[in-house]
Amino acid sequence: MEYAVEMLGIRKEFPGVVACDDLTLQLRKGEIHALLGENGAGKSTLMSILFGLYQADRGSIRVKGKEVRISSPNIATALGIGMVHQHFKLVHNFTVTENIALGSETTRGPVLDLHSVAARIKELSAQYGLNVDPEAKISAISVGMQQRVEILKMLYRNADILIFDEPTSVLTPQEVQELLKIMGSMTAEGKSVILITHKLKEIRAIAHRCTVIRRGRLIGTVDVASTAEETLAEMMVGRKVLLHVEKGKKQAGKTVLRVENLSVRNNRGVLGLQNFSLEVRCGEIVGLAGVDGNGQSELVEAVTGLRKPEGGKVWLQGKDVTALSVRERTTAGLAFIPDDRHKYGLVLDFSLEDNLVLKRYYREPFSGKGLLRREAIHNYAEKIIRLFDVRSGQGTASPARSLSGGNQQKAIVGREIDLNPDLLLAVQPTRGLDVGAIEYIHRRLIEQRDAGRAVLLVSLELSEIMALADRIAVVNNGELVGVVEAEATDENEVGLMMAGVKRGGAA
Amino acid sequence: MWEIIYQLLPYAVAFTVPLLITALGGLFSERSGVVNIALEGLMLIGVFTGALAVSTLERVLPGTAVWLGLLAAALAGAVFSLLHAFACINLNANQVISGIAINMLAGALTTFLARDVTGSGNIQIVHGLTRQDIPVLSGLPLVGQLFFTQTYATTWLVFVLLFVSWFVLQKTVFGLRLRACGEHPQAAAAAGINVYRIRYLAVMISGMYAALGGAIVLVTYAGEFSGTVAGLGFLSLAALIFGQWKPLGILGATFFFGLASTVANVSQVIPALAAIPGIYLKTFPYVLTLVALVLSSKSSQAPRALGETYEQGKR
Amino acid sequence: MRLSKEYSLALAAVLMGLLAGAVLMLLTGNNPVNGYINLFRGGLMNVERIGNTLASATPLVFTGLSVAFAFKTGLFNIGAAGQMLIGGLCATAIGLTFEWPKALLLTAMIVVSLVGGGLWAALPGWLKARFNVHEVVATIMMNWIAYWTVFYVVPRYLKGPFLETESARIPYGASLRAVWLTEMFDGSYINLGLFLAAFFALLAALLLDRTTLGFELKAVGFNRHAAEAAGINVSRSIIVSMTIAGALAGVAGVTFYAGYASNIQIGVLPVQGFDGIAVSLLGANTPLGVAGAALFFGLLHTGKGFMSAMTRIPPEIADTIIATVIYFAAAGVLVERTWSKLKKYRGGR
Repeated sequence: MEYAVEMLGIRKEFPGVVACDDLTLQLRKGEIHALLGENGAGKSTLMSILFGLYQADRGSIRVKGKEVRISSPNIATALGIGMVHQHFKLVHNFTVTENIALGSETTRGPVLDLHSVAARIKELSAQYGLNVDPEAKISAISVGMQQRVEILKMLYRNADILIFDEPTSVLTPQEVQELLKIMGSMTAEGKSVILITHKLKEIRAIAHRCTVIRRGRLIGTVDVASTAEETLAEMMVGRKVLLHVEKGKKQAGKTVLRVENLSVRNNRGVLGLQNFSLEVRCGEIVGLAGVDGNGQSELVEAVTGLRKPEGGKVWLQGKDVTALSVRERTTAGLAFIPDDRHKYGLVLDFSLEDNLVLKRYYREPFSGKGLLRREAIHNYAEKIIRLFDVRSGQGTASPARSLSGGNQQKAIVGREIDLNPDLLLAVQPTRGLDVGAIEYIHRRLIEQRDAGRAVLLVSLELSEIMALADRIAVVNNGELVGVVEAEATDENEVGLMMAGVKRGGAA
Repeated sequence: MWEIIYQLLPYAVAFTVPLLITALGGLFSERSGVVNIALEGLMLIGVFTGALAVSTLERVLPGTAVWLGLLAAALAGAVFSLLHAFACINLNANQVISGIAINMLAGALTTFLARDVTGSGNIQIVHGLTRQDIPVLSGLPLVGQLFFTQTYATTWLVFVLLFVSWFVLQKTVFGLRLRACGEHPQAAAAAGINVYRIRYLAVMISGMYAALGGAIVLVTYAGEFSGTVAGLGFLSLAALIFGQWKPLGILGATFFFGLASTVANVSQVIPALAAIPGIYLKTFPYVLTLVALVLSSKSSQAPRALGETYEQGKR
Repeated sequence: MRLSKEYSLALAAVLMGLLAGAVLMLLTGNNPVNGYINLFRGGLMNVERIGNTLASATPLVFTGLSVAFAFKTGLFNIGAAGQMLIGGLCATAIGLTFEWPKALLLTAMIVVSLVGGGLWAALPGWLKARFNVHEVVATIMMNWIAYWTVFYVVPRYLKGPFLETESARIPYGASLRAVWLTEMFDGSYINLGLFLAAFFALLAALLLDRTTLGFELKAVGFNRHAAEAAGINVSRSIIVSMTIAGALAGVAGVTFYAGYASNIQIGVLPVQGFDGIAVSLLGANTPLGVAGAALFFGLLHTGKGFMSAMTRIPPEIADTIIATVIYFAAAGVLVERTWSKLKKYRGGR
């Protein structure tokens, strides 16, 4: 068997953790090889080693049969290895051409020659049907298009071993189809692809073989065609997992959140959300589906009070809260689990207990006359970490930074649920967590719904929305495409709506 | 009016030129992602080295001493800026604090050494540069009199460097890579660029330019090292920001600031200007920069990765 | 545990600074041991000099607290020099204008220095909160605006009988010097500012650690996004924090120009403004650490004159040491790396 890449017995330690422990991955020529694992399993580290961003502590790498030492991305590139990173490596104020040329420029005399690069980009773009404009500025093109620029970067460098790191998380289901098609046409030309992912469906759709890793260790490499999805999931997590969430019938009641003709301008000064209307009733979970950057953050910020809307109203429990501050909305019954727990959820340098009172420190019994009451804060925090099973090294005094991602998220969920809110706004509540924590948080959300609260769930993971939501609202390009009953729809239909195809509206 | 412009312009240009070259130095550093508030100290290194070199050499090599002094200053600036580069690039130091340390160090160290050399802490030079008419061009009507008579050779040197800097930043491989390092160093690294090397070069160029700026102050209008450049480095930093990190913007900003300083300095002599209180003229560049920062707050052209430390192998 | 690490880093920075000073002395043909003995003798050898050390440390406590307070709340106050200058200018103006009883006059001077310094920093705070203008650049600009303001205001309105470059002398009734204190320390510069410094250091610590306001300011400092999402008014916090930092630096002005010195000079940005950065870095941003660091730098400043008189070493050696300390405090990683390498080396054997 001819291998394009063999990574044998790779070990990599970071201070305090073994990210890769004796990992082996063999990529056949012309195959699409999936690398499956949970967040933090070591997938990205392994691939960064192949791409020369990190050096392995032990183990060897062979490319096309020859043993190599890859000490920098330059060497990887010279060996024909290219990588599309999860977070694109593009300079926002450069053109497509400048970005692709960067690092492998051509010159005429002392002068940078971009014309010949642009010509080659046009050629490649046509060959693979990528449809990229070489003169466009990166900041002016869509995320899907930016990904194609990353692909072109590899093709321009004549890479024939292509690594894709979680490439589909930013795309609509239809864009995903196109990307998978592009990958197919690349393997047809003899290129080999490594696809890093945690999505089983994609693996089923396109990969030939799959290597599964868990906590830095190799679990096994299997043929995708002859392996059931459940088996892959079990290999990834290490135990049987329920691929669907148990929940009872909904008992929706009166309206808790009403968003009326909301229009919101984003940082670039554009209306990121236009004329958006939505209702969430008590006793139901409404899922907001959409591709990243289609107006979700604008909606979330306008509902929580972090951003002033251009027009429209937000009603909470029949009260107009549009002009109220974040704190006033919290008091009025809004709880908020933000998508980026490190940026919006926690003050990482504060202790756990200070984080748990972040929304109530100014009230009795936690303070009086402007002075903090440490004991009350401590006792309260003890209660929350017991109720929500938040584990930490030094109890409530632990710095929030020292907690694992799952425990940080549990702390946030605990803090917010304990506010006894009428509306719980949960944005990407399980991002980056392992399956155990995901299951826990899903259970808590359903518990809230069953307790008669209104839950608005914003998620980029369509499967999460399909699993939890009673009704699904779809947003595209800042506009509401429609609202559908979860039981009366499927991923395909919602996917089409995410791409902007209107239908439904019956809610 | 014409009379006033005619009188003021040579002074304004003389004030502008050191600011311009220093701000251009800052441009290189900051476009590569390294904050450089050490410009003040680096200028001072230039004044000191220039003064030391010229005062020692001018008896032996009367004609060329000034030019050797400028060269020595530029080299010393490049070397001294390595301290800043080392702290910011290798040690992930806070770039602002490092800059402040460099400024204080330059001030203390040069005065210390000057005292050790001369005993007084000041170093005087006897002969600076003299103003010269440019042949042929000075004969042109209007422009000839305005721009080509009574000019310093360093002025033309700096204008050449302005063009070269623009060309290097915008039209060469090095410039493209340098700008990439200032906007998104991880992207540059993924494209195989050695971010450390580029930033080192950029900081050294800034040290060279700033010290040259200081030495130009010395050989054109100051004539001595006295332990301070009285905020000229910070004024250059203001010009860099006011000029929105672009060579032509910097040219405009420094000329604006140079003119304001000139008017402030000569307003006692020229009756038409005496009406404007000096305090307004002197604080004007700083106030203007604050205003510019406010106006550009929505669409700042500052390099995105400015001031962020970059560590290889970190995501 | 973490604190002790910060203190050992500070100690390492100090050692590096002293080492750099020693190298410099050697290079210029002086004996470093002799140099340092004289430097420390100059700051400590009798009560008068000890008093002078305390007096030099006093404004440094304030500028150090100012920078440290801003640091704690996520802001970088480079503008302590300008705030101190303005605080001093306001206090001097009051002190030279009114002839009130000493207690009343001093209180008024302290209050205006608080207000002046506070307002001078409130503007950059507001610019940061409202327009996201970086406070480092804004406070640098404010420093030079302060510099030129004093440059033109003092000769115009507060000039003494002789020199154009400084204000008139502050009368005893408007000075923080107190006869009993001066006598106790054999005629040194020591003044009531010292007690003010202790008081304000305590106040700042209380504010940060015990109050809801401190909780808010720190939350915004550590993570303004999370603070905002939790309902804390971020803009207000930034402005309040800068104002408090500026007010502290403003009081440094009154303790320096109407305590240590007895008038205000033009054409100088007070070095204490920048030394304050060193003080707060060394003091690990805690009020107690700040006091210790201020004393150390006060000692250097007081001892340098004596050392320079007794040896051939120029007094700027002290400033060189301070600058080196800042440099190495900023480059703490170097120390940490060397340290862990040493440990590894030892462990490997």
